[in-house]
Amino acid sequence: MRYDLDLIASWITPGSKVLDLGCGQGELLEFLHQSKQVRGFGVERDEAKAAAGISRGVSILQGDISQEVRDYPDQAFDFVVLSQTLQQVSEPLTVIQEMLRVGRKAVVSFPNFAHWRNRMQLFFQGQAPQTPELPYDWHDTPNIRVITLKDFTLFCNRYGVTIHEAVAVKTDPAAKSGLILRWLPNLLGSYGIFLLGRQ
Amino acid sequence: MSEYAEHGPEGSGPGLVEKRFYTFAEDEPFPLDSGQSLGPLTLAYETLGRLDPDGSNAVLVCHALTGDSHAAGVYSPSDPKPGWWEVMIGPGKGIDTDKYFVICSNVLGGCMGSTGPAGLNPATGHPYGLAFPVLTIGDMVRAQKALLDHLGVTRLLAVVGGSMGGMQVLEWAARFPDMVVSAIPLATAARHSALHIAFHEVARQAIVSDPNFSGGDYYHSEKPAHGLAVARMIGHITYLSDAAMRHKFGRGLQDRADFSFSFDADFQVESYLRYQGRKFVERFDANSFLYITRAADYFDLAVVHGAGSLTQAFSRGKTRFLVVSFSSDWLYPTYQSRELVQALKRAGQDVSFCEIEAQWGHDAFLLDSPRLTGLVAGHLERTRHDLKLGLI
Repeated sequence: MRYDLDLIASWITPGSKVLDLGCGQGELLEFLHQSKQVRGFGVERDEAKAAAGISRGVSILQGDISQEVRDYPDQAFDFVVLSQTLQQVSEPLTVIQEMLRVGRKAVVSFPNFAHWRNRMQLFFQGQAPQTPELPYDWHDTPNIRVITLKDFTLFCNRYGVTIHEAVAVKTDPAAKSGLILRWLPNLLGSYGIFLLGRQ
Repeated sequence: MSEYAEHGPEGSGPGLVEKRFYTFAEDEPFPLDSGQSLGPLTLAYETLGRLDPDGSNAVLVCHALTGDSHAAGVYSPSDPKPGWWEVMIGPGKGIDTDKYFVICSNVLGGCMGSTGPAGLNPATGHPYGLAFPVLTIGDMVRAQKALLDHLGVTRLLAVVGGSMGGMQVLEWAARFPDMVVSAIPLATAARHSALHIAFHEVARQAIVSDPNFSGGDYYHSEKPAHGLAVARMIGHITYLSDAAMRHKFGRGLQDRADFSFSFDADFQVESYLRYQGRKFVERFDANSFLYITRAADYFDLAVVHGAGSLTQAFSRGKTRFLVVSFSSDWLYPTYQSRELVQALKRAGQDVSFCEIEAQWGHDAFLLDSPRLTGLVAGHLERTRHDLKLGLI
């Protein structure tokens, strides 16, 4: 299990109902189903990934997360997860508000653009950063949002989203281990993981 | 929909099957949605695999417009023609007959062994013809329910079907939600579009305007073969797609180097359609075609089960759904499957959905597709697993 998903899983109450937006092949939901008897539901845009997840027995809707999140009844889920997808969402506020409408709590994680490696590339090379977390060229990236831990915290405060937990982690993509950082999180953390609720 | 399309070489099939018959409603006629009644009724059916002692592994397969009970297997060792869904049903396949007890019956109104307009009207001793009452998908499903009661099947691990078979799947889930653990509607819709009804109407008009149709009373004379063949040709156009036809035929000529400057079947696509029409006439009854297309056109799940609301139609029970559409299907386009998914979400039901990228039009659901097989197998396996653990 990827380190960041493992950390997210630790916040999920056993037996709860979870919606994972951008669930890929349903790895997190599969893990939560087996380890915590969670009833899991996923949304994934990519046909091959959605099909692979359904073939493994996970309930997945192939579709666009901004569209699909709309049709669920209020408070249909205990947790709604948006893992490493926020940077690809065209209307982040709408999506996060919808997450908190359909779920009691929301978990949001994203690569931290203020990580020192990004800052160094921009400062010394004068180029748009390319890192293991954000490996794409500027003209060929699915990532249309530049988010830092600080910016996301300000965003939550401005729009009345309660932050229950905010964690900066140092980990590599696909790595099974990592560290939670308490010192200079916005400089040293490669990912931010937030547990959100409504005020 | 083009059941019995020539499939490629198969893996191991489910082996020998036998067509059986169940007759009921002999004393008390079977009430129909139209207000009329019918009896006695016979359903032709076939089964594969074995029913578990706890009755937890039954899978009902519903056939499309012109299909029959012969979903998979062969009738004899020398039978060259396996069932219409041989690619999906069999040992180790999507619907694994080593694990599941598979039931498939010919729909009420059909002409492959079940009671239909070609059957004898007990009141007259002659075939029903157009005296046969107009049926609904609901009637077909309630007749299947009577068959399952007879077979001792009290719970369905899954109801699976594509096209009009998918409509039966939806009807099952809405009408008998406590009996249906999971539902797999493929390439289908909660109701036909105007476009779809239009195709059916042209097909029906081809039949009734055939001089041999004789008001449906043709069983002792020449059949309306030409009308039925044209109806089938229209059907085959709708089962393919622009891309599929371009790929399959293009503007290729059939057995000739140049135009004949006549109205022969010069183009391959013309030859194909004429062949499909001729072949269909050998196995299908024109009146059955009228009744079954009518039933499919009348079907409107929201109106019958939800007072106009599809969400309400799905609000009972805890059935798990797997909805699948195909990108080039213009008969049951993806937007109709998405409407189903939306209603199921609003009703709080567990639903998976996948739109499979396929160029073969509506016919794609019957063709060999590892993706579709994987989806169906995974959904069934998880449902069975969760059922055994008491999670659903």
